Amino acid sequence: MHGHHGQHGLQGAVATPIRGSAHGHHGHRGHRVDHDGAAGRWIVLVGNPNTGKSVFFNVLTGIYVDVSNFPGTTVDVSQGRWEDDLILDTPGIYGVAAFNDEERVARDIIVQADMVLNIVDAVHMERDLFLTQQLIDMGIPLVVALNMMDEAEAQGLKIDLKQLEESLGVPVIPTVAVKQQGMEALKAAIPNARRGQIDPTLVTKLRSWYGTDDPTPEILLAAEGDEEMAARCGFPAMAAREELYLHRRQRVNDLIARAVTDTRGEGGFGETLGRWMIRPLTGVPFLAGVLVLLYLLIGSLIAQQIVGFTEKTVMVGVYEPFVRGLVGRVLAPDSPLSVLLAGEFGLITMTVTYIVGLLLPLVIGFYLALAVMEDSGYLPRLATLVDRALTGFGLNGRAIVPLILGLGCVTMATMTTRILGSQRERRIAVALLGLTIPCSAQLAVITAMLAGLGPGYAALYTFIIVAILVAVGTVLNLLLPGKSTGLLIDLPPLRVPRPINVVKKTLGKVKMFLSDAGPLFALGSILLSVLQISGGLQGIQGLLAPLTVGWMQLPREASTAFVMGFVRRDFGAAGLLTMQLTPMQTLVALITLTLFVPCIASVMMLFKERGWREAVVVWVGCLVSAFVVGGALSQLLIRG
Amino acid sequence: MTLDMVQRGDTVRILKIEDPQVRFQAIRFGIGEGTDVRCAEKLPAGPIVLRRGRQEIAIGRDIARTISVEAV
Repeated sequence: MHGHHGQHGLQGAVATPIRGSAHGHHGHRGHRVDHDGAAGRWIVLVGNPNTGKSVFFNVLTGIYVDVSNFPGTTVDVSQGRWEDDLILDTPGIYGVAAFNDEERVARDIIVQADMVLNIVDAVHMERDLFLTQQLIDMGIPLVVALNMMDEAEAQGLKIDLKQLEESLGVPVIPTVAVKQQGMEALKAAIPNARRGQIDPTLVTKLRSWYGTDDPTPEILLAAEGDEEMAARCGFPAMAAREELYLHRRQRVNDLIARAVTDTRGEGGFGETLGRWMIRPLTGVPFLAGVLVLLYLLIGSLIAQQIVGFTEKTVMVGVYEPFVRGLVGRVLAPDSPLSVLLAGEFGLITMTVTYIVGLLLPLVIGFYLALAVMEDSGYLPRLATLVDRALTGFGLNGRAIVPLILGLGCVTMATMTTRILGSQRERRIAVALLGLTIPCSAQLAVITAMLAGLGPGYAALYTFIIVAILVAVGTVLNLLLPGKSTGLLIDLPPLRVPRPINVVKKTLGKVKMFLSDAGPLFALGSILLSVLQISGGLQGIQGLLAPLTVGWMQLPREASTAFVMGFVRRDFGAAGLLTMQLTPMQTLVALITLTLFVPCIASVMMLFKERGWREAVVVWVGCLVSAFVVGGALSQLLIRG
Repeated sequence: MTLDMVQRGDTVRILKIEDPQVRFQAIRFGIGEGTDVRCAEKLPAGPIVLRRGRQEIAIGRDIARTISVEAV
């Protein structure tokens, strides 16, 4: 959602030709920077994904930035001050165009830049310098930070900096950002930013097409076929993207041939490990190992030991009696307000216990694990490994990103389905997310409950959910018209994640989760208390009895869990924790709740991203399949 | 022949990429038409990993079928 704020703000800014007044539109998400007066330039950070851009932003501004680097995890723009200038961070991109959301966001900022600080990965100059040359061809003053110089050296790459600087025509500063090397030199070089060597062939072409040999970003992008930029600069868009791209590629290749000597050609152990992750024979066991580690961390250590302490000992043992006592001093125990605050579903009892005692440790654990996978470069390799399997659902490997993110937060994941290449893929992905993917909060409660039952039940649960995922995906792929897009991704080098980045990223995501889940939890608990006070809960329990007791063979109170499930599925799952259920009943209830409708926030996101018709179909589909599958399972397993 | 027919370790020259969107992205990645690349990995019925310099790109099997190459 932040991306949207960013985009709106930026569109507003772009539409205003006078930059001074445009600054006001830029502020978003509390990072608003007041631009008093016309002083100060816009310094825009631009680079390919995984070049360490965020570290530069942090060094310059000191403001924390979420460093998600896998395409699509966030389209967020951070800004901060460095001396008198405004520093703007952009999403990692491979080139400036409008191929996807990230590129559009980056483009709209870049065209307004006074200068660009271009971060280049010294190990991957073939890829990164294409963007550098494009920025130069736009006529923007530039400084290049040639980052990860230590790695390039260790891998036997010899880089002739002088040659590189001459060929590009802009200052090139070698850096190792994570070790703070070269940062002072870089700061000192920023005032020396200058326009580089524009491709002479390009200049000739621009002269013949537009009668100018002094390109602006808008003019270059218009020549590359960007209609929007053409309209802005008043020149017609040319269908010359391919021609210009090929020229630029050739120029960059020649430049690298002059400036870089590869003395080894291979990248050491990281590269070998990367191969192992992709090859099914080694990649599948590796993935299994990752999942086991994940289970040991989240399912075993956190869900049992830590939550056992935080929830039972601290919250239920100490905190709840304490606040009940406080409320009891002021209010009569049966008064509606007392029930609302400190009753069975109380706002300051159950809600706080669930969020702080139960969910918080689990959510932290999950996001830590996800951040490590993201920052290490494992995710794109996982996408490659699972590509074949996902094509069976009409998806490609990239869809593993929303699916895995869904294990964190289905709302976030629904938004991320935008990275998928076609409407068809987005449709399939949101349906799978809504129906079969349990979010971290829900997964946490499920893991805790399954852990109590033993590995056999956990395996059975996983098998059933995966079977449903496969069945639904396959059927959707067969039924939906159209064609899905294929996989085409860059495999960044494997790198050991930086603990500080991982921790910062985790905290950012956890904060987002709390601000998203907190109000919904409160809403849910109020709803339940009101139902309880008014006797509505008994009514619903009675009404649902044929379904819950007759068809699914669960206790009457299980209806409460489903009522809560409408708000959040994990809320419902957590409600099951306190119930006396046989292991088979637990399994049936958990399967039903997993398939149950996504939380209110996800549904709202679903409406926003996919339109009301598709959202209604997904929602009703989840509801129906949850009860059909849960009941069928119960009839099959419990009656034998 | 097409890219899906190459074997791991083969070096081939990219001749033609059908899909314009794939073509543009391939040029940015440095594996556009006319480039020599090595097949670094080939998953059973799955993606093909191409390598040029230190750059590695994974290409799904369906896209690989639409890319013409010749042995070098």
